[in-house]
Amino acid sequence: MLNEQQIYDILSEIPDPEIPVITIKDLGILQRVEIKDGNCEVFITPTYSGCPAMKLIEDQIKEALADKQVGTIKVNLVYSPTWTTDWISEEAKEKLRKYGIAPPLHSTVDKGVLIGKAKVLKCPQCGSQNTEMISQFGSTACKALYKCLDCKEPFDYFKCI
Amino acid sequence: MTKQEALFNYTLRLGDNALILGHRLSEWSSKGPLLEEDIAMTNMALDLIGRADALLRYASQVEAKGRTEDDLAYKRGERQFLCNLIMQLPNGDFGFTIARQLIVSAFDLCLYEELAQSKDETIAGIAAKAVKEVKYHLKFSTDWTLRLGDGTEESHNRIQKSFDDIWMFTAELFETNEVDAIMVKEGIAPDYNNLKARWKKIITEVLLEATLKVPADAYMQTGSRKGVHTEYLGYILAELQYLPRAYPDAKW
Repeated sequence: MLNEQQIYDILSEIPDPEIPVITIKDLGILQRVEIKDGNCEVFITPTYSGCPAMKLIEDQIKEALADKQVGTIKVNLVYSPTWTTDWISEEAKEKLRKYGIAPPLHSTVDKGVLIGKAKVLKCPQCGSQNTEMISQFGSTACKALYKCLDCKEPFDYFKCI
Repeated sequence: MTKQEALFNYTLRLGDNALILGHRLSEWSSKGPLLEEDIAMTNMALDLIGRADALLRYASQVEAKGRTEDDLAYKRGERQFLCNLIMQLPNGDFGFTIARQLIVSAFDLCLYEELAQSKDETIAGIAAKAVKEVKYHLKFSTDWTLRLGDGTEESHNRIQKSFDDIWMFTAELFETNEVDAIMVKEGIAPDYNNLKARWKKIITEVLLEATLKVPADAYMQTGSRKGVHTEYLGYILAELQYLPRAYPDAKW
């Protein structure tokens, strides 16, 4: 029988379904593993309330543990503490950038959003700071859509929340 | 009414509001005026339906009668729904949807910031998550209210008419009943009477900047707290509940 840390290590390898270059651990979705009475409980937290990837992540967790003899597997969604982009590691932010997604800029909650300021972002393709926001809402709930005015490429920005 | 009954009723009210407005916004999918706005409105729909999922799941746990969140969403008739009337209104034109979204997002911000301090840990956790998302919804509807209000004569007149028409549905958001009295006493929810001033301030600031008039309070609609709804809710449920009712317990 595997212990909690060993199960956690296995689950740490699961890629995020939307952004496969980083794992659910890198993103801060994977919270903890508890073994109670020989059964395994996994706690995950959604990035956004309606993130459609959560069901898929739950299935991936069950699949990863299917042949590991860990008893019954229960995946619980937890909302507290609230997920924040602060949990994304520096290493994972670099992976995002290389993948073409501008990583969240600041380590605090996005206050500019209420007073209408769009932030200055570096284009993940060419590095130019001459970029502008197209929409606060992008291809997934966690991203906004920007474009680079120099290389003309559109790109996703991982919103700070 | 026991505390458990009140908490069930209150959580249902929050969940139903999110579910029905989320469904209305989802109707914009593939019909938005611009691709970006289409995506924005369906993103907001997703946030709301996700919030509804969490709240209805909690309601089902509080009720503890073996019903699931899906049973609550798909197997109740309209008289058992507790969503406010404003959530049920048809989308109208883009301006009407924006007016409704501004009013509801400002209300949600005022409400959910308070609920994030709730003594009920589950409600507080869901609310803290919702606050982060609602800020984006409010930003989106503020931006568009400014553009349409301070835009062309046509856009100005149409969004002004939207605010005028929808205003009679705003007072109902703040109505309280026996359920609220218990929630306030238990420290689970805020007193809705204390939310109104801040909500009005947010709306007034946006409308004035958008060169629009804040409609005067006149006759106000009511009914949802008692399960008496607009004629639209039945049609929404007919669509929303069709599949689970036609094919009970169908799995994807």
